[in-house]
Parts: sequence; C-alpha cells; structure tokens
Amino acid sequence: MSSATWFARHELRLAWREWLAMMTGGRRKRTRAALIGLIVFAALMHLPAWAVIGRFADLREPLDKTSAIVLTSTIFLAFALMLSQAIESVTRVFYARADLDLIMSSPAKLATVFSIRIAAIALTVSGMALVLSTPFVDVLVLEGGMRWLAAFTVVITVGLTAAALAIAITIALFRLIGPARTRLIAQILAAIIGAGFVIALQIAAILSYGTLSRFAVLTSDAAASFAPEADSIVWWPARAALGDVGTVLILLSASLLLLGIVMTIFAPRFAGTAASASAHAVASRRGRGLRPFREGSRQQALRRKEFLLLARDPWLMSQTLMQLLYLVPPALFLWRSFSDSSTALVLITPVIVMAAGQLAGGLAWLTISGEDAADLVATAPLSPTSVIRAKIEVVLIAIVAVFTPLVAALAVLNPLQAAVTACGVLIGATSATVIQLWFRVQAKRSQFRRRQTSSRLATFAEAFTSIGWAATAALALAIPTVAIVSGAMTVAILAATWKLSPRRA
Amino acid sequence: MKSEGSALRLRGLTKRFDRLAVDALDLTIRMGEFYALVGPNGAGKTTTLRMVAGLLKPDAGSVSIFGIDALRDPVAAKQIMAWVSDEPMIYDKLTPLEYLEFVAGLWGIEPKVSQASAHELLASLGLGPHLNERCEGFSKGMRQKVALAGALVHDPRLIILDEPLTGLDAVSARHVKGLLGERVRTGCTVIMTTHILEVAERMADRIGVISSGRLVAEGTLTELRQQNGHTDTSLEDLFIALVDVKVEAA
Repeated sequence: MSSATWFARHELRLAWREWLAMMTGGRRKRTRAALIGLIVFAALMHLPAWAVIGRFADLREPLDKTSAIVLTSTIFLAFALMLSQAIESVTRVFYARADLDLIMSSPAKLATVFSIRIAAIALTVSGMALVLSTPFVDVLVLEGGMRWLAAFTVVITVGLTAAALAIAITIALFRLIGPARTRLIAQILAAIIGAGFVIALQIAAILSYGTLSRFAVLTSDAAASFAPEADSIVWWPARAALGDVGTVLILLSASLLLLGIVMTIFAPRFAGTAASASAHAVASRRGRGLRPFREGSRQQALRRKEFLLLARDPWLMSQTLMQLLYLVPPALFLWRSFSDSSTALVLITPVIVMAAGQLAGGLAWLTISGEDAADLVATAPLSPTSVIRAKIEVVLIAIVAVFTPLVAALAVLNPLQAAVTACGVLIGATSATVIQLWFRVQAKRSQFRRRQTSSRLATFAEAFTSIGWAATAALALAIPTVAIVSGAMTVAILAATWKLSPRRA
Repeated sequence: MKSEGSALRLRGLTKRFDRLAVDALDLTIRMGEFYALVGPNGAGKTTTLRMVAGLLKPDAGSVSIFGIDALRDPVAAKQIMAWVSDEPMIYDKLTPLEYLEFVAGLWGIEPKVSQASAHELLASLGLGPHLNERCEGFSKGMRQKVALAGALVHDPRLIILDEPLTGLDAVSARHVKGLLGERVRTGCTVIMTTHILEVAERMADRIGVISSGRLVAEGTLTELRQQNGHTDTSLEDLFIALVDVKVEAA
C-alpha cells in the first residue's frame, strides 16, 4: 500500500473518530444513542426546513431577478459560513502540535502527506455542510422534484472552494504577518466572514427600510436594478442548484481544480508553516511587567484570575466574536431609532436577550468547567460554594459590562423596554450559567470548542432557554399575558433540565 | 528536631472505587518529619494523599491535620497545608509571578509578605529569568517548579507531594530536594510519594511501604532493615522483598 493511501486512511479514521467523539461526548457506550438521536434530530429538522425553504421548491429556470438574488445569496451565505469554519479549522491544525513531530521525522514525502491533510480538511468541511444541508435539500426534492438533488453537488462545490480558499488565506496570513499574529487575525477574519454577510444585509435593511429583515434588501427593486443580467456567471451556483447539469459539472470541475492548485502550491509550504506555528505556540510570551501584588479577598483573587484568563484566552475571541458581531445591527437599529420612534424597535429586545444567554453559556463553561488547575482551587482554604459564587460573579459582571451600553441607550428611548430587556438579559444569562453549573465537568480551557459535546442535554437546554427568555421578553412588551405562558414554559424547561442534571444529588 | 505531636493522623481510612483502593489505613506522621510513602503502582499512595488533601472523600475513617479534623473542618485544614501533584497545576496564560499572586490571594496572605516570598522562591528554584514569562512555553520541569513555588508561597505547615520529581532533570531535582530539606529544617512537615527509592532513602526521616491499600512496613531505613533481618540492604531490595511478601500473602 502506498504511503499516500495509508495516510489518507489514517486521516479519515481520525476524522471519523473525532466526529464520533463529538457526537457522543467521548463516551463510546453512547454511540447507538447518539446515532438514533442524530437521525431523530435530522428528521425533525425537516419541519423547520420545510417552513423556511418549502415555498422555493417550485423555482425553475428562467429565474426572475428577485428569486435569483435570494437563491444566490443563500448559497453565498452558506459559502461564507463554510469559509469561516474552514479558516478556523486550518488555524487549529497549524497551531496543534499533535502528530507534527512524528510526521516530519518520518521518511514520508511531506508534500504528499500534507496534500492529503489539505484534502481531509476539504472533505471535513464539505461533509459537515452536506449533513447540515440535507434536510433543506430533502424538502426541495420532495416538493420540487429530483432536479434539486443537484443542490447536493453545489454544497460539495462550495465546501471544496471554501476549504481551498481558507488554506490559501491562512498560509498567506502566516507569510504576511507571521505566526505570532496569525492566530488572532485568522479568528477575527473567520468571525467577520461568518457573520459579515448577514450583518451587512441587516445594516442595509436598517438604513434603507428601517427593518432588521435581510429579505427586505434581497427582494427590493434596488437590488434587482443592480443585479447583473440573467446570463451572468454570478447566477451559475443558483442555476446549478436548480439542476442544470452542465453548470453543475463546470462548477464541480472548477472547485476541484482550485483545490488541486492549492494543494500543489501550498502542500510543500504547509509543513513549514505548521512547524513555525507550533513552535510559536510553545514559545514563552512576556507578561505586562513586574508590579506589586494586589490586596483583596480570596474571592477577589479568584475573580481577578478568571478575568485575566478570559482576556488571554486564544479561542474565546473566535467563539464569542460572532455572537457580539450579531449585536451590531440591533445597536445600529437602536441608534437609528433615536430619530424615529419606530414600533419595530421592540425587535431588538429578543436579539439582545438571546445573545446574552449564549454569551453567558460560553463564559460560564470557561470559568466553571474550564479550570486548568482544579486541584489547586479544590485544595485552597475556601468552601466550594464561595469558589462557584466567585466564578458566577465573573460571568455576570462580564455580561453586565457588555450589555449595559445597549440597555442604557434603549432606556433613553423607551425606559419600559429597557427594563424588560435588562431583566431578560439577567435572567437569560443566569439560566445559561446555572445550566453550565449543573452539567459542569472538569476540562481544560483548550477544550472550549468541544464544550457542546460534553452534554447534548445541556447544549439544547441552554439554546432553548435562551430562545425562551428572548421570546418571553419580546412578548412582555407586545402581549404581556402570553409572556406569562412563554415564561412558564421556559421555567419548565429549566426545571426539567435541573431534574435530569447529574448534579441534582 | 522532631516534635512528638502528630502533623497528620489517619485512622481507618478507607476508599473503594471498582476495588478497594485504601484499606482501613492507619498512619501517623510526626511534626517536622520528612515522610516518604513508597509502594508499587496502584498501591493506594495517591488515593491516600488525595483524601488527605481534601480532593477525595473517604468512605470511612478519619483525617486529622495538626489536630484539626480535616473532614469536619476542611477549610481550616487546607489553610495550613499544600498539595503538589505529579501533573503541575498551573495556568498556561499566567506568568509565574501572576500564578503565585493568585495562590497567595487564595490563601489570604498579605501581598507584601507573599510578594517577597514569591520572588525568593522563584529565584531559589532557578526561575528568576522567567518571572515575567507566561507558563505556556515552559518545560515540564519548569512547570513543576512553578507549582512547587505555588505550594510554598503561603508557608504551609504540611506539604503533601505526589511524585514531585517526575520529569525533572538532575539539576532541577536537586533544587527541589534542597528546598524541601530546608523547609523540613525550619519545622515544616513533608509527606511525599515517590518511585525513586534513592530519594526516599536519602531524604526521608521515615519511610512507609504501602501495598494493596495497607501499610506493610514503616520506620527509618535502619528499622526497616532490622524488621526484615537485613543489615546491609538497599531500600530497593527491601521494597521488593516487602512487596513480594505482601503479594504472596494476598
């Protein structure tokens, strides 16, 4: 067996096991349950997919401009998200020391080995995109016919292109700004690319139509007037998705060609880049200089440490920046509303509450579960309760610091809405934090990306309570009596989560 | 000089996981004593020490640290002891000084006192040039030294070390041994597990041999030799004889 085939099998096996560990939380006994859960989840996902995309199933060529814009934008959005994910994956591969020493000290031809690794990244990105897009494409096939099966090929094409571009961008960043800055810049870039398209559309919608809905821009006459003619290359992905076999083949060939070019150019440099990145990852960085030790209680010492570690966390940026970026349109919407008493202002409350819950969940995992020196803290002369309290305080202080400016601005416009939003933020953040507390597991901070895999139940509970409190806050402003029902349902979700949590005893 | 009072007193300490890990263990360590706990892999050394440090709850038995019931009043017991494991408990993103400031803060030590102590400790462990570098780039030995400095910065009366010399080079190991010896001379009590029997032989006032969760022999090296009818045997030979006897008896 050639070394290339052997290494490809090795990479696929690792990718499969990593995916399985992600789905089962690292517990092999759960494999069957995880697969059943995944199938049930995928089946259930067909319902929202049908609600969102079902009405587009009858689209056929020739497309009118508005339909072409909506379809192309959806494909572009998927591309942006895949590119963002791929940049993060490539950066992670570069900075993880993992098997680099073994590979580089082996007699294998490095260009071949790293070509396979690049292909594996492309396969992982495309595979994940295929899994996520399946319910949507299924709905289109069921409602609109077999021609929509071509959409799967478009997904693969987009995945391969995103992976190829991600590798080129990341290696270019290494060359341009060096390994010291690339990790941070690549994370920021990934977050901006992932969220940028939707945010740009929302900002355009706010500025032009006074609404947060991005469809207002996509379906506008202005967009149609700027759009190119029907035979433009811009519409090729949309035409391919509709089942135009010729266009499908052209796009698939182009994406494979692009990946091939990237592999040829960058595979020989991949090894050097990975080596310099991993060398940088273990190099010491200097602190802020010597300063006197600070006074304070034991809880203050804990809080100071947590804030310092949050500020220095290398992966927190990419994990939370996208959440924070999604707050930009509501903030702009708020600013615009200073001169316009729009009733649509109520829309920003659920957005803020939802963002607070999600951000709090991430911070709570980092501070409560992601304790790198758990034994040290456990052997310190503090009660476990005061340790947990100090950590929860850190999460809530961070949430208050992030969301106070938005709530304060809202208070100027509508004090009642500001009060409801503030309550929603605090309740949403507290709910997400207590869920993390009930489901806490000892882990390294570097495992932050996998926090969702430690407990599927906690992940879903966190998401559903965030959505629940967001809906309750919105309803409290619009239909207060219904808000009571929504709030009660969210409390019930929280109570059920507590009942099922391993910490209840 | 060793005081007659006990620094650590374990009675009937028991812990069961899938099997019995610590089996009704009785152990007394005197104040100001350097005590080495040796035994084969899986003998129950680490489990015993983790119960003493408050990291594991015993199924039965008692733990008394300088007269404080550590199970009833763990905070008071923790205030006067320190725990160092073979895996250094440090934060990659903190510098050694920031780490020591944090540890001193957790133990409620006056900043002026802890700052002076931190500088002195780090310098004595050869970390002077790295005071202001984040620990993420440190070798295993350097990380272990930072962890040890953290354990000593609050001036504990009882230091519990689980394989503290693992991964240290000869120079670093000498630094650590020197520091521990110095602490014992000033009245501190040290209990340490180690697989390096030569260290136990040279440093410990008394040695306890643990096997299958029970103490099978205890005493100074001379006493251990006398108990086993050898006068000129190394600890390694004694250890193998004791553990073999125990295994055969089991």
